[in-house]
Amino acid sequence: MSNDKMTDIILDIDNLVVGLGKKPTDQRIIDGVSLQVREGETLCLVGESGSGKSVTSLTVMGLLQKGSLVPSSGSIKLVGEELLGASDRRLRQLRATRMAMIFQEPMTALNPVVPVGRQIDEVLRAHTDLDARTRRQRILAMMEQVRLPDVERIFTSYPHRLSGGQRQRIMIAMALVLEPKLLIADEPTTALDVTTQKQILTLIRDLQRDHGTAVLFITHDMGVVAEIADRVAVMRQGKLVETGSLDGILREPKMEYTRNLLSSVPSLVPRAPRPESKEPIVLEAIDLGKVYRERSLLGRAREVAAAQGVTLTLRKGRTLGIVGESGSGKSTVARCIVRLIDPTSGSIRLVGREISELSRRLLQPHRKRIQIVFQDPYRSLNPRVTIGETIAEGPINFGTPRKEALAKARELLELVDLPPDAVSRYPHQFSGGQRQRIAIARALALDPDVLVADEAVSALDVSVQAQVLELLDEIQTRLGIALLFITHDLRVAAQICDDVAVMQHGRVVEQGPAAEVLTHPKQAYTRALLDAAPGRQWDFANFRPVFQGVA
Amino acid sequence: MAIETLPEPSLPITTPLRPRFGFLTSTPIIAIASICLGLIIALAILAPLIAPHDPLLLAPAQRLKPASAQFLLGTDAFGRDVLSRILYGGRVSLVIGLGAAILSVAIGLLIGLVSGFFKWVDAVMMRIMDGLMAIPSILLAIAVVSLSGATVATVLVAITIPEIPRVARLVRSVVLSAREEPYVEAAISVGSSLPKIMWRHLMPNTIAPLIVQGTYVCASAILTEAILSFLGAGISPETPTWGNMMAEGRAFFQIKPSLIFWPGLLLSIAILSINLIGDAARDALDPRMKQREGGK
Repeated sequence: MSNDKMTDIILDIDNLVVGLGKKPTDQRIIDGVSLQVREGETLCLVGESGSGKSVTSLTVMGLLQKGSLVPSSGSIKLVGEELLGASDRRLRQLRATRMAMIFQEPMTALNPVVPVGRQIDEVLRAHTDLDARTRRQRILAMMEQVRLPDVERIFTSYPHRLSGGQRQRIMIAMALVLEPKLLIADEPTTALDVTTQKQILTLIRDLQRDHGTAVLFITHDMGVVAEIADRVAVMRQGKLVETGSLDGILREPKMEYTRNLLSSVPSLVPRAPRPESKEPIVLEAIDLGKVYRERSLLGRAREVAAAQGVTLTLRKGRTLGIVGESGSGKSTVARCIVRLIDPTSGSIRLVGREISELSRRLLQPHRKRIQIVFQDPYRSLNPRVTIGETIAEGPINFGTPRKEALAKARELLELVDLPPDAVSRYPHQFSGGQRQRIAIARALALDPDVLVADEAVSALDVSVQAQVLELLDEIQTRLGIALLFITHDLRVAAQICDDVAVMQHGRVVEQGPAAEVLTHPKQAYTRALLDAAPGRQWDFANFRPVFQGVA
Repeated sequence: MAIETLPEPSLPITTPLRPRFGFLTSTPIIAIASICLGLIIALAILAPLIAPHDPLLLAPAQRLKPASAQFLLGTDAFGRDVLSRILYGGRVSLVIGLGAAILSVAIGLLIGLVSGFFKWVDAVMMRIMDGLMAIPSILLAIAVVSLSGATVATVLVAITIPEIPRVARLVRSVVLSAREEPYVEAAISVGSSLPKIMWRHLMPNTIAPLIVQGTYVCASAILTEAILSFLGAGISPETPTWGNMMAEGRAFFQIKPSLIFWPGLLLSIAILSINLIGDAARDALDPRMKQREGGK
């Protein structure tokens, strides 16, 4: 590739404005964004939710919802051709041939009732005159390029037979089969496990190098940015905050917002360990197991062990993290411990009292000792119940008079940094981070001894995540509560946990102090997890690379 | 970890979620349907005040009179005033329609909530519901009425029973998906009792689909009552109902078709209006339908 070809501008967005309507007074979702992506280059578009990064990419593809979002001024040029105002017909031709897109959730982007090979074939049929055999050969070659195993078999498979990573590979194959000049990747690895994410990122990198594709990569994850970007553009509330080279942005961010964003990224280096605790043990799980039995029509039972032989100990005022990839059984363990599901073996001791065998009725008085905060702040609050009623529900169940319970709800809202008058409002009037605070307040309303946080910060933007983590830390110091923290994010685990248990296939593979497990892992799986953590060579909060061996 | 806090974008403040009734005037056709139904209801309620004659008064001298100033819609074969009978007949139809809707929704809600939550109740209840659904509703109604006599109450019960399984299944399916919501699990973990969870966290999810289902039950109950009366298995023939009037008018169809025409017209308008309002309610209350509208 010659030098001047390297500087070919593939995508040129100039002063783009997208509003809720065409009039200048209408609210602007994208406000004067200018970006350029060159051949063979990866531009990472970073921003928190609502920053307009996805809208930007959809505008380029011409996929904005008709009538609700309208590009009102500016220009988007793809290899010199203006896209704004291009006819639908022309845009259809350009998609797949000149530009292609991959999405976050490959399951919903693929048609579940058509074999994946045929879905890729559709792209070729629509845009080329090749005969069936050539098309098939080309698809198989492409599938090999995205490193799918056993391509002949996968060609005829339906999407649900493939793993998340394989589906995303199919999406990439479909996007790249016609060798487009521009690939837009909208959070393509967000729904994947870290180890799979690493493979997909490497794949996109390699394919890009081989084909010289320009990549516009949209993500909220600074770790991913550090892995894949050549240049970075930071967006916030529809405006471009700053653009620069990867090194420039990570080392010397010029804008306050970028600095904040970077310093919110939790470090992989575990926090300074707290002194050993002599406090009493509040929660113990001994040899805990959960087996799902499925009986088929012919009476053959199929057993799936979601958790096996899990033994955990948690002392007052300490934080125990359970980390692992999806399907590792970490949530099953959490839900067994809170008794939302019934364990099939083993025992759970809550403040010295065995609760794994208690019936629903006998369990009721012990419920208040252990509370849980869920992942999705949008679904964990009943949309039809006011915040005050939601928080007061627990205390009222345990005999507190309504008036007192509501007064306590106000206090708790203050504790989680929300205005006390929020009691009379409904959940939809709050943002995700605020809702998570409300969920924490609800859990604290019963003065529990143990708080289980099941991926409680995973759905939040990094800056909000940092705030919620800080809040949890503060609450722990103040109330001496014990935290059982379930997360897939090693960075979060490193910052909040005293001890860590790593789970795989329903078993705890490694357990110990966080500083020990996360810096000198003994097990291969833990090592693989740590290796796959994106951006592990960067210490974002201090704007410098991690020095080997410093930890 | 000390970081500067960033303001989170706050969401616009809107009113709490409640079923809204603005859909009643959403399109001209729906508005007309609402007005028609409103009129029919008003006429039925005010029947004792506005009916020109006693609907039961036999006047053999006035048999089969054409429309006149004295009898605005004429008289029937026994000399009774058709207009008065239609007005009073509306009362029976609406009582049956509303009653069946409320009863079947209430009973179905209870069965649906409980079977959505308890597996073993579910297994038993749903088989019973399957059985009920296998019997044709008219047949079941005729059986119930002939076993226990034809009063408004028995007809109401006879019409309600076959509607219950439909409502129960609807509620059960809503409960089955809603009980997986984290807010229900959160309620379990703060120690809320089962009735409280059902009433406070599960039941509200069923309101919108039940309003829609209720309108359909109402329309079909009115029709079933008319059919039963027409077949002679309904409320005793001297009671004015639209079905009874049409059954009696059938014999004189050649001489005086208006005996069937007027009650038939009102019956059709009432059922059509209720069904149209039901459709509008479904469009307004089902978020998926709303999305489809947005995608157009």
